[in-house]
Amino acid sequence: MAEPLLDIQGLKTWFKTDDGLVRAVDGVDLRIDRGETVGVVGESGCGKTVTARSVLKLIDMPPGRFEAGRILWQGRDLIPLDDAEMNKIRSREIAIIFQEPMTSLNPVYSVGEQIAEVIELHQNLSRKQALVGAADMLKLVNIPNPERRVHDYPHQFSGGMRQRVMIAMALSCQPKLLIADEPTTALDVTIQAQILELMQEMKERFGMAIMLITHAMGVVAETAQRVVVMYAGKVVEEAPVGALFGNPRHPYTQGLIRSIPRVDRSAGQQARLESIPGTVPSLLDPPPGCRFAARCKYAMEICTQAIPPLKEVAPGHKVACVL
Amino acid sequence: MSEKEALLSVHDLKKHFAVSGGIFSREVDRVYAVDGVSFDIAAGETLGLVGESGCGKSTTGRCILRLIEPSSGEVWFKGTDVRKMDGTALRALRRDMQIIFQDPYASLNPRLTVGAIVGEALTIHNLAKSRREHEDRVVQLLETVGLQPDHLRRFPHEFSGGQRQRIGIARALAVEPKLIVCDEPVSALDVSIQAQVINLLEDLQEKFGLTYLFIAHDLSVVEHISTRIAVMYLGRVVEIAPSRELYDTPLHPYSEALLSAVPIPDPTVKRQRIMLQGDVPNPIRPPSGCHFHTRCPIAKPDCATRVPELRESKPGHWVSCHYRG
Repeated sequence: MAEPLLDIQGLKTWFKTDDGLVRAVDGVDLRIDRGETVGVVGESGCGKTVTARSVLKLIDMPPGRFEAGRILWQGRDLIPLDDAEMNKIRSREIAIIFQEPMTSLNPVYSVGEQIAEVIELHQNLSRKQALVGAADMLKLVNIPNPERRVHDYPHQFSGGMRQRVMIAMALSCQPKLLIADEPTTALDVTIQAQILELMQEMKERFGMAIMLITHAMGVVAETAQRVVVMYAGKVVEEAPVGALFGNPRHPYTQGLIRSIPRVDRSAGQQARLESIPGTVPSLLDPPPGCRFAARCKYAMEICTQAIPPLKEVAPGHKVACVL
Repeated sequence: MSEKEALLSVHDLKKHFAVSGGIFSREVDRVYAVDGVSFDIAAGETLGLVGESGCGKSTTGRCILRLIEPSSGEVWFKGTDVRKMDGTALRALRRDMQIIFQDPYASLNPRLTVGAIVGEALTIHNLAKSRREHEDRVVQLLETVGLQPDHLRRFPHEFSGGQRQRIGIARALAVEPKLIVCDEPVSALDVSIQAQVINLLEDLQEKFGLTYLFIAHDLSVVEHISTRIAVMYLGRVVEIAPSRELYDTPLHPYSEALLSAVPIPDPTVKRQRIMLQGDVPNPIRPPSGCHFHTRCPIAKPDCATRVPELRESKPGHWVSCHYRG
């Protein structure tokens, strides 16, 4: 197999807080190949965002620290790199877009200046050339009147348009990997469809890989080729998208899929939603053994004793469950 | 549906907010948040109200309860006009109509115990004769929504989002209402918890014969819980139909596009997606004629000038479009 673009091995990102050590990411393995879209799903606090930010080393240290593991970017470990070296990778090779486009744009600079800054910094162009480049990027992401809009400020754009600006900025250096952290969660459903389509279009055009972090199973089903399911800081299942939805093996994944109401099925077929009892455990003092055991209907004694390893049950389909 | 059968009947409801500016804070503009909304809800049914942010669905819900004063229109509840009620009558009305809010973090007073939050309405409406009865009733309510009796003396910050939403539901149930306006009750919750709360709402409806106005932007959730659904766009209702019928045969081009945009959690399902161009226009200066004509794939020139009426295209299926239905 060719060398993966990104290979996260046994990553542990912990945070020291007043209440104790929070094991936000606690031994995560995740691989992304060139040109592939990998969906990372899970509920709030499962560690998906911390995993993504760890890749770009956007974690404040302290309180955070890398306890263990490696983040191999095209074979090179990013963890020992200093900030100057990381800056060569950020934007140019790995770019990120966030959930809330308003808070991730600077309100006192025009969007053109903000995009141009990225281009100028990473491509050694003059400010003037960079501004032209910025307008081209806005045009690429289908913002009407790009030459005029380049001088506008973030508040003059709608939520969907701001997310387009963020995508334009992220793509301005043609990265090999785009990390999209809940890119459509703050958007309305018709605008979400537009943004997902745009991301797909850009991916085909630049051949980049996408790490799509979301809690929306529907979004993942429609865009990702491979899916990684996280629960309480760990990967519980990983599979090609068809297998994950067609034959989910981990009880958490099964519960997650069955708990979503489906528009394409009549209420009669789905009279009652299956719900997962209880709530997500605290990461301050995670239970020994499988972290899902307390909510799992198949839990046995062994589940509370040892952490089940991620095992391959079918080609490319890995599950962390004793069953 | 005649007014007699309907528990709640809304006629041509409007709410315009003034935008003030200039040196004397004069009214310089108006936001047409709700611009002529009409619908009925029969006792025991769930009417889903869907639409994108800013379409006026939450304002509609709040106008019905008179948490916001409507600008014009009528709201009939059990045969009386809610808009004409004052003091005592309004307080009595609030016993019949309750609301559950979206944000379980912002809608509970952090300084009150759960017992005080749930019990407050019992005190206001004199629903408990003694302290003993008061406490018994609160415990009973907590148990009804799946909480423990000992949660009584705890504070909201000790609970998770899903549990807080249960507290909000217990508070609404305290006065034994007939109608509950559920304003995005599960939007802030994780999917596994969302299912718990939806199931709870359905159980309570069956147990107490409740009627819901269920406001949400998540169409899958609305379809699941609703008997009928009203779709709103820029302050107006564009379509009302029985839930399944709306999903199978949407008539309004906006409903059609909205439904086709919902991602389906099944990679084997491939659908034709209708992509809408552009953003929702500003409700300060909504487009003339049909509000949707600027984004509508089938718009004709007269859509910009003529306002379509909401008319019954098939029994129970109402649509407001010149060219559909």
